[in-house]
Amino acid sequence: MIDVCFYFQVHQPFRLRRDYNFFKIGQDRVYFDEYLNRDIMQRVATRCYLPANRMMLDLIKQHNMKFRLSYSISGTAVEQFKLYAPEVIDSFQKLVDTGCVELINETYYHSLASCHDEKEFIAQVQKHRDLMKDTFGYEPTAFRNTELIYNNQLAEQVENMGYKVMLTEGANQILGWRTPNFCYMPANCYKLKLLLRNYRLSDDIAFRFSNAGCPEYPITVDKYIGWLKQVAGNGEVVNLFMDYETFGEHQRKETGIFDFMKELPGAILGEDDFAFKTPTEVATTQQAMSKIDVPYDISWADVERDLTAWIGNPLQDSAMEFLGDLKEQVLASKDDGIIESWRKLQTSDHFYYMCTKWFSDGDVHKYFNPYRSPHDAYVVYCNILNDIEESLKLQKG
Amino acid sequence: MKVLMFGWEFPPHISGGLGTACLGLTKAMINIGEEILFVMPKINGEAVSDDLFHLMGASDVEVTRSRREMLRDVSPETIRFLEVDSTLRPYLNEVTYQTWLKEQVNYNESVVEARYEDQKIGKFEFSGVYGPQLMDEVARYALVAAQLAGQEQFDVIHAHDWMTYVAGVEAKKISGKKLVCHIHATEFDRSGEHPNTEIFEIEKYGLQNADRVLAVSHRTRDIVIRCYDLDPAKVHVVHNAVSKDVTVQRAQVKRNLDEKIVLFLGRVTGQKGPDYFVQAARKVVDQVPNVRFVMAGSGDLWPRMVERIARERLQKHFHFTGFLRGSDVEDMFAMSDVYVMPSVSEPFGITPFEAVLYGTPVIISKQSGIAEIFENAEKVDFWDVDRLTESIVNLLTDEEYANNMAINATRELELINWDGAANKVAAHYKEVTA
Repeated sequence: MIDVCFYFQVHQPFRLRRDYNFFKIGQDRVYFDEYLNRDIMQRVATRCYLPANRMMLDLIKQHNMKFRLSYSISGTAVEQFKLYAPEVIDSFQKLVDTGCVELINETYYHSLASCHDEKEFIAQVQKHRDLMKDTFGYEPTAFRNTELIYNNQLAEQVENMGYKVMLTEGANQILGWRTPNFCYMPANCYKLKLLLRNYRLSDDIAFRFSNAGCPEYPITVDKYIGWLKQVAGNGEVVNLFMDYETFGEHQRKETGIFDFMKELPGAILGEDDFAFKTPTEVATTQQAMSKIDVPYDISWADVERDLTAWIGNPLQDSAMEFLGDLKEQVLASKDDGIIESWRKLQTSDHFYYMCTKWFSDGDVHKYFNPYRSPHDAYVVYCNILNDIEESLKLQKG
Repeated sequence: MKVLMFGWEFPPHISGGLGTACLGLTKAMINIGEEILFVMPKINGEAVSDDLFHLMGASDVEVTRSRREMLRDVSPETIRFLEVDSTLRPYLNEVTYQTWLKEQVNYNESVVEARYEDQKIGKFEFSGVYGPQLMDEVARYALVAAQLAGQEQFDVIHAHDWMTYVAGVEAKKISGKKLVCHIHATEFDRSGEHPNTEIFEIEKYGLQNADRVLAVSHRTRDIVIRCYDLDPAKVHVVHNAVSKDVTVQRAQVKRNLDEKIVLFLGRVTGQKGPDYFVQAARKVVDQVPNVRFVMAGSGDLWPRMVERIARERLQKHFHFTGFLRGSDVEDMFAMSDVYVMPSVSEPFGITPFEAVLYGTPVIISKQSGIAEIFENAEKVDFWDVDRLTESIVNLLTDEEYANNMAINATRELELINWDGAANKVAAHYKEVTA
């Protein structure tokens, strides 16, 4: 039996005001571009979240609950749904109510806290747990970290926090000769299962679906089923992890992505040995094939599958350091506005915008970047942190 | 006297000091009774025309005849002044000399001919910016100049910087009037030891064909005589001044931060020495932590400066505003406690005067034209980061010293104005047309 495990990432950052210039420091405490954020949220809701949720709901009903899937919805996305597109919350609720949808836990702010601040990481995970409970009445048992960032220590911590399964990238550098298509266990863990993204089959949908330059274009359901069936005999689970915005946003409706997805579950269920499971269902029904040792950080980004999209260049490191320097004062201020802004500034996207390695993944980076350059992103970010510092000074008197 | 004046920038269409200088000088010229027809590439909005001042966009001029036709009516003697460029250069071996011969764009009559002859007649498009089409626009602008030279009445031609030099020479050919070339910056100032050869050739072509060359400083005069092979007798100095229309007062400006501010305002490019400012910032912050540095402006080195600040972890002390316009410039000057112009090579440099207008004491590099005439400023070699650091620290920590410097500088500036420069220019017109 081969389980197909779908997980979709739903995330929107609170984008900063690109006009937050030097003169605004100490004068203006509005940091986020409300117009831009609302526009993007409403656009993506119309193009992706609403029609995709409707499609998934139909598929679940059509296949008598045999189509199962999972989502991780960041706290910043949920907040913006509530602000700008509340109907999206209802449509996710309907999906959750079918019992066929698992919600995965992550850091509320889709942050890089796991990389530099354990306490902050735990606080943000707890905040996301509470949000899932309060918004959807759901208590997650699976965990995924921002951008699937992962290492041994983090796995240990996640196990200690009581999760049954964690998701990360099936990166070549950790797998070596092994396949991502089994359930694994982190090197230092005894209970926590590890699911690894099959990046080839995931990216066939997420990145290559409409790329006419790929040799396999156009990707049809028949071709895709053919690739899936190659797993038979050397695998028990195929983890298809991708951004939910693949549907209708990254891959526009006109590419036929919705038609593809409408057909895919039926075709998979039509094969003898295939079924759908959510991450926790996989973790509780399958044995771990072996342990996986990941002493250094990996992620699902870029060809390097490391942290260099967010951490490591001088802009990112300087901004991160500044953010960290303010932590104690921010938390001590007990000022909810300041604390909330400071946390929203932790969202990984802000650091992604400062990335200067524009090589093979430059196109992907540019697509998501509201700034003209990484340097512009850094300047705005630091201006805002400087204003937070000024606000703190003012508060202290 | 009526002057046909060519300039690439005129406020509000400016990218730097050239437009500011053109405006200041032109206004003062009008005040002393000169009549000026100022031609820029493109003006947004209405052409200006009153008794003594006419502002015109080249894009609004209809070119009615081909260049060949225009030149047909001109006597051959008028064209004979055109020099044949020497291809001799020292320090080339036979191979590099051959390569150089092939690559070199020498400006002489045949190149101008080949380049401009084929242009259609009618109106031409201009962006007026320093973009990829700049060389084409410079050529079209010259055609417009020829047309204007044939249809307008004037006594002398005055061209500001290389973009307008070919235009000036064309106008001279058609009209037979004398040409004054004003040099605000040379290619050697902008590009150091690696000049763009085409720009260099245009500068040389214009300056050599000029009847008089006006340099904005002795420093610039020396450079043009040395590098462009000019007869020293025709090169004269007219120092710049500053327009004193101040709408923001230091006392009234809203300061958004408590710390003292050290300002760099200019293009962020090698010529202006932004990296010396950054190096000094690092050293100053280590001694005087409650200070903020601001780099206002944009340019090719901007990303590198941002990265440098990040690497130095100066994110709490160093800010970038990008290119500032209008009242933001005034606010920025008025908010600052020290103004630094660390230029590596500055033909003149008006911005320190502007800083003084807002009561800000200034530090200027010795490698600037303004240093020749301005007394009440700290003067340092651009490369001497330690001296620069010391000067900044002194002005930040010794309030009395800083105040005195600002007060004395303000007094000194009262005696410096564009009228003086305008009178000198008018005298040169007289001499050259006599």
